[in-house]
Amino acid sequence: MSLSTPLTRVRASRDDLLMRAGVALLAVVLLLMVGLPLWSLLVKGFQDRDGNFVGLANYVSYFSTPALFNSALNSLHVAAVCTLIVVPIAFLYAYALTRAVLPLRWLFQGVALIPIFAPSLLPGLALIYLFGTQGFFKSWLGGGQIYGFEGIVIAQVFYCLPHAMMILVTALATADARLYEAADVLGASKLRVFFTVTLPGAKYGVISAALVVFTLVITDFGVAKVIGGNFNVLATDVYKQVIGQQNFSMGAVVGMVLLAPAALAFAVDRFVQRKQVALLTARAVPLVPRRKAGRDIFYTLFCTLVAAGILAILGMAVWSSFIKYWPYNLSLTWANYKFEAFDANGWDSYTNSLVMAAGAAIVGTALTFTGAWLTEKTRGFHLVRDLVRLLAFLPMAVPGLVLGLGYIFFFNAPANPLNFLYATMAILVINTVAHFYTVGHLTATTALKQIDPEFEAVSASLKVPIWRTFARVTAPICLPSILDVAVYLFVNAMTTVSSVIFLYSPDTKLASVAAVNIEEAGTTAAATALCVVIVVTSAAVKALHLLADRFVLGHLQAWRRR
Amino acid sequence: MTIGTLIRRAALAGVAAAALAATPAFAQKTKLTVYTALENDQLDPFKKAFEADNPTIEIAWVRDSTGVVAAKLIAEKDNPRADIIWGLAASNVGAMAAMGMLEPYTPAGAAALKPAFKSGKTPDTWIGMDAYLSVLCFNTAEAEKGKKPKPVSWADLTKPEYKDSIVMPNPASSGTGYLTVAAWLQTMGEEAGWKFMDALHQNIAQYIHSGSAPCVQAAKGERLIGIGLDTRGASEKTKGAPIELILPKEGLGSEMEVTAIVKGTKNLEAAKKLADWATTKKANELYAKTYPIVALPGVTNTPPNYPADIEKAMVKNDVEWMAKNRDRILAEWTKRYDGKSAPKK
Repeated sequence: MSLSTPLTRVRASRDDLLMRAGVALLAVVLLLMVGLPLWSLLVKGFQDRDGNFVGLANYVSYFSTPALFNSALNSLHVAAVCTLIVVPIAFLYAYALTRAVLPLRWLFQGVALIPIFAPSLLPGLALIYLFGTQGFFKSWLGGGQIYGFEGIVIAQVFYCLPHAMMILVTALATADARLYEAADVLGASKLRVFFTVTLPGAKYGVISAALVVFTLVITDFGVAKVIGGNFNVLATDVYKQVIGQQNFSMGAVVGMVLLAPAALAFAVDRFVQRKQVALLTARAVPLVPRRKAGRDIFYTLFCTLVAAGILAILGMAVWSSFIKYWPYNLSLTWANYKFEAFDANGWDSYTNSLVMAAGAAIVGTALTFTGAWLTEKTRGFHLVRDLVRLLAFLPMAVPGLVLGLGYIFFFNAPANPLNFLYATMAILVINTVAHFYTVGHLTATTALKQIDPEFEAVSASLKVPIWRTFARVTAPICLPSILDVAVYLFVNAMTTVSSVIFLYSPDTKLASVAAVNIEEAGTTAAATALCVVIVVTSAAVKALHLLADRFVLGHLQAWRRR
Repeated sequence: MTIGTLIRRAALAGVAAAALAATPAFAQKTKLTVYTALENDQLDPFKKAFEADNPTIEIAWVRDSTGVVAAKLIAEKDNPRADIIWGLAASNVGAMAAMGMLEPYTPAGAAALKPAFKSGKTPDTWIGMDAYLSVLCFNTAEAEKGKKPKPVSWADLTKPEYKDSIVMPNPASSGTGYLTVAAWLQTMGEEAGWKFMDALHQNIAQYIHSGSAPCVQAAKGERLIGIGLDTRGASEKTKGAPIELILPKEGLGSEMEVTAIVKGTKNLEAAKKLADWATTKKANELYAKTYPIVALPGVTNTPPNYPADIEKAMVKNDVEWMAKNRDRILAEWTKRYDGKSAPKK
């Protein structure tokens, strides 16, 4: 804070003006991508079905139904439980990956990401095969059933784990070895080192991860729809209003209620950021884990357990995609992979998905990283920077259905000069980048926060323009995180459904949407097969990423090593 | 598909576009955007059959589930992207008629159709294609295992032996669910209808957010009985599911798929051609491949594994009553059964 409020008022330099112009432009872009589309839907919460202004009447009628209180309570309950389960597991797993010496480390890293590669349909269907009425392990539930609270929790833990882990790996990856050496020399206990060095350094990441998991669970309706049974949550309430009854006014009301956790997350984030200090100072020495038998064995076992759970769910899905007719004819067949038989678009939708995901990865990475950098490094201009931060946070808290409908209202409006974008591939890319903006922004911010502002200060005193420092110093240091964000956007674009389902045109249908359509048509095995194709594609992209990462770390990041 | 073929395709498309531009004499096909909730496997035969009779028109489908297509149409109201609706539930399209979203038009073949399949307005706002029912799907393999008798009436479903073994669509999220509930209330009378649902609620394992999922769940043995779409039940049985479709003796609620032109279409002439074609015998024969009940008298075909005489089991359904009372019924239903939906053990 003290950095951004100098004692004497300095005239803004050329760099400052350039940065401010950049932030202002970013604010406009985010308003167009996130703010205005959302507003054009949420405003319907104050209108009746014919578009007449009715004030808070919809809110009054919604809040006076007992069902709301029930759903809100259920949402908070399930989100809290999932967060309490996911964050510790993700932390230990990320800790193992970054601070212990694991055999086959790359494999553990890859396996933990599998859930993010899968459309949310997949864990739901796999859990039904595993624990449903006809499931193999039904007896494990002791007479209970998978449909309901337990099912949602298991599927959400599976689904959210990589999201949290990705942030925590970023948070734990950059550590200053000198601090640990100092603690070692001073004879601090392991526990003390953990609480005074490790945790404070990763605190921002831990809190971000918790916020992300909490809001993901609150807003996701895919899992709740497939396996939620009669357990009502706010996200399924939106579904009932929008898809079941085409009542956009009430859908907007529930959408607005769902923004509350985001507002909370935003406030918490601002509070934590204020206390975060740069970890990787210009003089930092990167931490390289050394072998330590007891610790390494413990973490290897722990990671094996988590990975086995993930692989069991994926394995069940893969197997079931070859089954002729579950559960009465378990013979195997390739027929479920002949998608032309189940969907008129056949494999074309898969090609569309590849194009869309590549577009989202390129555009989104450039935007989130440059955006995070502008927001972090611009001096002054607090109001606009806070606006950008708020807009970057919103998408995470918005159910896809709400964002997708908002896009129709905003981009299809006859008066909008941008309406030529409607029903094109471009709008699918824009919508997807907007939908997944938050985690990209958080990852980039976490990475940037760990860089000492001294780098910029030195550059500035050497009269190096700030954009050159960005290109020559900041971006290369953050390259691993940049690649992470790109892959994150790609794999999410491959699986996203709830928002793009309103926006695709005859020529731009996506594989993830096709999978949902095929499942709705009752051909579950073919839907699972398409999910498996999506998983394999994303896994291949991730494998390329890991190879690239090794190359990048080997060459550009050599300075990190001693 | 490899990148190589992609590039080749793009290049071909480019060449084709250039060729088209260079030959203005080449007749441009009218691209008709058709919004639909038809089954995926119906799309191709429908498109081919229509285009064979209308070579100057090309159909571009936008297909999704009923709720999504309806929501999309209503959201696009101020700047419509669809030219025509072909295959969407009458209750949804009826609501759009009330919002003034449809272009009234009585197709050439409308006079020959059964009266129940017409909107009753002059000119017509929509025209029916076929009807589907909400039936019982009963898993005989699971029934044998659990020694459960076969139900023959709605009343049977309230017996305690079916505790936690019935699934039905949630009327707040599924049109099929609402038509089922509305049919009970219309045939039994409101008071008796709610009393029946109170008793049924004790046996319901889950209210699902989809009209087709209940029969699929019954087919896969997840549940003993599903209340839901007849076509889905029949097609699952064809694929080898041990289920039986039962028509409860009190009668069943039904819903129509309809055709309607979207007001503001830039291709009104082509849309009218499709609306006309949709009433022809050829079209009705296509509908009859999936649905046993179609708009044109005399066209009959019982798709495989359908119960016979299904048309006689239909109860008279007052679509206007359904639309007028929807909010009230859903509010009451939600209060009774959805608000207290604690996870069941």
